Amino acid sequence: MRRIQVLLCSGTACQSSGSDKVKRALLDELGSHDLLSEVQIVETGCMGPCELGPVLLVYPEGTFYVRVKPDDAAEIVSEHFLKGRPVRRLLWTEGAPQPQEIPFFSRQMKLVLRNCGTIDPEKIEEYIATGGYEALGKVVTLDPAQVIAAVKESGLRGRGGAGFPTGTKWELVRAATGDTKYVICNADEGDPGAFMDRAILEGDPHAVLEGMAIAAYAVGASRGYVYVRAEYPLAIRRLEVALAQARKLGLLGARIFESDFSFDIELRMGAGAFVCGEETALMASIEGRRGEPRPRPPYPATHGLWGKPTLINNVETFANVRHIVLGGAAAFAAVGTEKSKGTKVFALAGKVRNTGLVEVPMGITLRELVFDIGGGVPAGREFKAVQIGGPSGGCLPASLLDTPVDYDSLSRHGAIMGSGGVIVLDDATCMVNMARFFLEFTADESCGKCVPCRVGTQMMLAILNRIVAGEGTDQDLVRLAEIGDMMKNASLCALGQTAPNPVLSTLRYFPEEYRAHIRDRSCPAGVCPNLVRYVVVPEACRGCDACRRACPTGAAQGTAGKAPYRIADELCIRCGACFDACPFGAVKKEPR
Amino acid sequence: MREGTVTKDAIASRHPRSPEALLSLLHDLQTANAGNYLTPDDLALAASHVGLPLSAVRDAATFYSMFSLRPRGRHIVRLCESPNCHLAGAWSALDELRRVLGVDIGGTTPDGQFTLELTSCLGACGVAPVMMVDDEVVGNLTPTRVRETLGRYRGER
Repeated sequence: MRRIQVLLCSGTACQSSGSDKVKRALLDELGSHDLLSEVQIVETGCMGPCELGPVLLVYPEGTFYVRVKPDDAAEIVSEHFLKGRPVRRLLWTEGAPQPQEIPFFSRQMKLVLRNCGTIDPEKIEEYIATGGYEALGKVVTLDPAQVIAAVKESGLRGRGGAGFPTGTKWELVRAATGDTKYVICNADEGDPGAFMDRAILEGDPHAVLEGMAIAAYAVGASRGYVYVRAEYPLAIRRLEVALAQARKLGLLGARIFESDFSFDIELRMGAGAFVCGEETALMASIEGRRGEPRPRPPYPATHGLWGKPTLINNVETFANVRHIVLGGAAAFAAVGTEKSKGTKVFALAGKVRNTGLVEVPMGITLRELVFDIGGGVPAGREFKAVQIGGPSGGCLPASLLDTPVDYDSLSRHGAIMGSGGVIVLDDATCMVNMARFFLEFTADESCGKCVPCRVGTQMMLAILNRIVAGEGTDQDLVRLAEIGDMMKNASLCALGQTAPNPVLSTLRYFPEEYRAHIRDRSCPAGVCPNLVRYVVVPEACRGCDACRRACPTGAAQGTAGKAPYRIADELCIRCGACFDACPFGAVKKEPR
Repeated sequence: MREGTVTKDAIASRHPRSPEALLSLLHDLQTANAGNYLTPDDLALAASHVGLPLSAVRDAATFYSMFSLRPRGRHIVRLCESPNCHLAGAWSALDELRRVLGVDIGGTTPDGQFTLELTSCLGACGVAPVMMVDDEVVGNLTPTRVRETLGRYRGER
């Protein structure tokens, strides 16, 4: 047993902040103090607060260090490991060395993410030591109907976005006729701002594989696929490692746990198509075709991959399964609200102090999520809205901050749980421009197969482009709502059916911003280039002449050395050159 | 693996002769070409290997944004264009990428080293803005970090 264990986050974000260099520096320091036999470094999955990376957690006492640089290694080793004094300057907050004292962690409830950040995801032994594959071992001694009954009783609903009851889905696949059945894990996480599936795959890949194997036993499948997007190379690598290890120990393959149950999993990589997150498109992609959706019914439960009955669940859904089996359905269902059980992982991002991955019980309010865990909007700005559910979701305003986060409450207010991306927006965000951004995304990602989505996204985008350019009319708002309604009802798949949500929800909660763009030709947030005015703040201007030299139209005027300068609005073409050029931040954008 | 002595047939033989191997095979064939693209011969090989008509293979290859039928640079630089990266200032990183590489989005540097592309969310929003160079995710982008990273790749080989 080593005296000290250092858990070093090596998720994608921390790796990109240099966690591998920190590891090498620590190893060098440990070596030079002859401590390699006493201190162990464990590379783990994501711990959550990505922007503070690289982060590391030192056990036995549990000291949490943030923004660790390779140069800090010497001090950590000599002060902390040798003398037992934590390096205070590397703590998240002074006086709170341990995660449980920090609200970001203490308000969370980790079930799915329990192993993320505590075990080495590339060592199956560490997963097994936390009870890994115990659930599978138990399940193969049960009747499949018992397994399905437990999942139904737990109240687990699909974590990919739509929230379909998982047990019911399993039951449908079990009941479908056919000798060959498939289990697919949808790891084509594509929503901008969503990265919970990536973190689970990178931090605890075996939990997903075990969930798939349990599902396969329950529905009677012998073959499974993980369809993962190619943008996640680290997740792919860790899955490959996990699959090889599980096969080697006989936890996948023929006659698992010496039962009659045989099951193996293959990895399939996407190639950059958002629509492949839709289940029928995903299956087309596995079959080697264009990833285009098809009408449902028939549903994959009866006509799935290669026309065979197929169970398709999301990464986080599968990762929940072992906890239902081990902890019992009742314990699982004790967490959450009446119709949304268990926990949900969210990716918190945008204008919020603490960004990263958090797991909370269903039913927590948006306010708790954004302010207690997220720490609120950074100083000097005000909270404006929270965008939840990505391009399929909506923006909820401050007045709805007390909405409980569950499937039904969110959809009642025009947003969706979606896969769990939460983007906090402050008062410097233009809601019209935000909606336009998401529409641009869905218009680009529309596969083009059905008319309502292909043409509808383009038409809505054209209208929004007009509005942000200051050329909108009142009639445009009516048209946006009309087209949005048609797309919701007539599109082939969820991409088109939900694409209008960002527009419709902002129209609903921020109508005055649309009206300001249209009637006053003004962008209240000062974002839309055509609808802002550039002004010089006299007190900040030093008369350096930079703006005048940068201005292509002679609108920035003044004499060097004689502050303040001024910008003649009638000559200004709103190119922003003066804004970029000013070294003193004296040029400001304001609504016209 | 790239530019190795591995023949295309050897690459194909690592994949099952079934349509479900198509995407993986196309990925591998594309990576094996210095220009990070699929040649007409690659498409024909893939078609005969997995047992699909050439038209179906072409149909699939042109659907997915990660496949290219035109030569690209040795390294693919993909800047994330998602809202989190947008809010975090991806555009100043894009300006720097354009300036240093001297090409616009979709362009390849004359020396064949880099192609500049945009990508949908890379899921590393905690360190936005983010780009990916080949398989490496580079976050917290500033103009300096952009220059350093490109310099590092330029120095290789």
